[in-house]
Amino acid sequence: MKYKASILIATLIAITLLACETKPQTAASTTEETSVDALVMPEVNEATGLVMDETFPLIIANCTSCHSAKLITQNRATREGWSSMIDWMQATQGLWQFDDHEPQILDYLAKYYGPVETGRRENLRVEEWYEL
Amino acid sequence: MKKKQLTRRSFIQQSTLTAFGTAIGMPIVFGHYLPQNLLPVILEKDSPIEGKHPDLTLLNDRPLNAQTPPHLLNDSITPADKFFIRNNGLPPENIDPEKWTLTIDGESAKSNRTFSLAALKSQFNEYSYQLVLECGGNGRSEFSPPAKGNQWTTGAVGCAVWTGVRLADVLRATGIKDNAVYIGYYGKDTHLSGDKNKRPISRGCPIAKALEPETLIAWSMNGADIPLHNGYPLRLVVGGWPASCSGKWLERISIRDRIHDGPKMGGQSYRIPCDPVAPGTKVADEDMCIIESMPVKSLITFPRTGAILNARELKIKGHAWAGDVSVRKMECSIDFGQSWQPAQLSPPANRLAWQDFSATVRFPKPGYYEVWARATDENGKTQPMILPGWNPKGYLNNACHRIAVRVK
Ligand code: HEC
Repeated sequence: MKYKASILIATLIAITLLACETKPQTAASTTEETSVDALVMPEVNEATGLVMDETFPLIIANCTSCHSAKLITQNRATREGWSSMIDWMQATQGLWQFDDHEPQILDYLAKYYGPVETGRRENLRVEEWYEL
Repeated sequence: MKKKQLTRRSFIQQSTLTAFGTAIGMPIVFGHYLPQNLLPVILEKDSPIEGKHPDLTLLNDRPLNAQTPPHLLNDSITPADKFFIRNNGLPPENIDPEKWTLTIDGESAKSNRTFSLAALKSQFNEYSYQLVLECGGNGRSEFSPPAKGNQWTTGAVGCAVWTGVRLADVLRATGIKDNAVYIGYYGKDTHLSGDKNKRPISRGCPIAKALEPETLIAWSMNGADIPLHNGYPLRLVVGGWPASCSGKWLERISIRDRIHDGPKMGGQSYRIPCDPVAPGTKVADEDMCIIESMPVKSLITFPRTGAILNARELKIKGHAWAGDVSVRKMECSIDFGQSWQPAQLSPPANRLAWQDFSATVRFPKPGYYEVWARATDENGKTQPMILPGWNPKGYLNNACHRIAVRVK
């Protein structure tokens, strides 16, 4: 347990350095988004693509050592959905237990990576129109 | 359990630490406390993957998952550099093909045998087939409520020419007992957690599929070595089924007297509800059934979506495939599915290869159009225009492909 705590502290130090160094960018980085939207979007950490808030260091420490954060940022789920993914990783993929931190981690995931209803088929999004 | 995991972790080497510090712009104070496994994976750069086309879309860099945009799949035979990657773990390092072996064993094997690559090549006849490999989760990103996993759009599919020996020949040389039910593969890739006792994935297929003439133990893609991330130096190729059946970095095949029970065979992985469910339904593991053949599907590979035309006529091209069976009919629509016109459809190079199609469409007046394509298989099943049955892990999305076009 003590060992685990020192790891966490070391990781937090690394994260703090990282957060200072990397240029914050907004979550809405697609060119078509209006700047008004961009202003209300939370800051994301450039190196990982994760939203930065007070839970961010916990996410880095617990969620980015096996796979990259891209697996998190491309997924969307309810709090319950995130909880079942964590249960699955704990049961089958060697993920450790979080003890008291789990509610905070789930809050973070559900807040920034919650589902968006897209219906049975979305409109096509064209990134770039070009002359053929 | 928790404790064991921690003590096994080796401390990070100074050189790695320095490199890490350099990358984030300053040395990491107290960095020597960081055990190797807890080093955050932050050094993500969208750098091209060695041997792969720079325009492949990276979904995840660890484990590596990258898909091919539709217009890069225009070739009849998918080139190696445009073939998608779906890794579940980390590929083996320092591969020596001279020392690589394949073992056949299992409850239903009459003997245990180990072959070197050279022995496989010399003792069995060699076959080449063009085979479709498509990830079971291709198209997952469209499901709503969203489904867990890599958010593939359309690019987790390819159809290359694979060369190797028939799995059936190798299994028969070893001897198959009458009670054989399934084969399970084991690869040399390692688990993301660094735990040497865990395997990232070990799946397989029923013995009948394993014994089909097109099911190969392959060492070559398009006449060259298989790219590292596609399974070099040896892999299974089980055409028409979820590509997760086609084990990479193949080192062992077990002939099982039961349905194989390796990682990602059970639970919700590569399974869909046995009976259809409403979107968002929570389904118990025991009510989930293993996916076998992939459904009928097609892709418009020319032109790239977003084309602005000065002419009223456009020739489109693409491919269609249908798991275990062939495609009988190909159609396209420019009026959002109100009317369909037939496309020209070529026969497959061999069973389980995709089929090329082409059509010339005419636009009546200027404006915004979508070209839709849909295939019908030999059993009369057609691609839906909206999403097919929702399932918890988002498999088998074969909704028709659409591209946007503007006519001046
Ligand atoms: C001990 C290793 C480990 C840690 C730590 C870990 N994961 Fe995972 N996770 C995995 C593995 C292995 C997979 C499967 C990867 C694959 O199939 O490509 C996975 C898959 C996922 C997926 C995709 C789920 C699916 O059904 O395919 C998500 C999302 C995810 N992880 C999020 C997280 C979050 C959030 C955390 C922190 C709370 C976390 N992971 C921490 C090992 C880990």
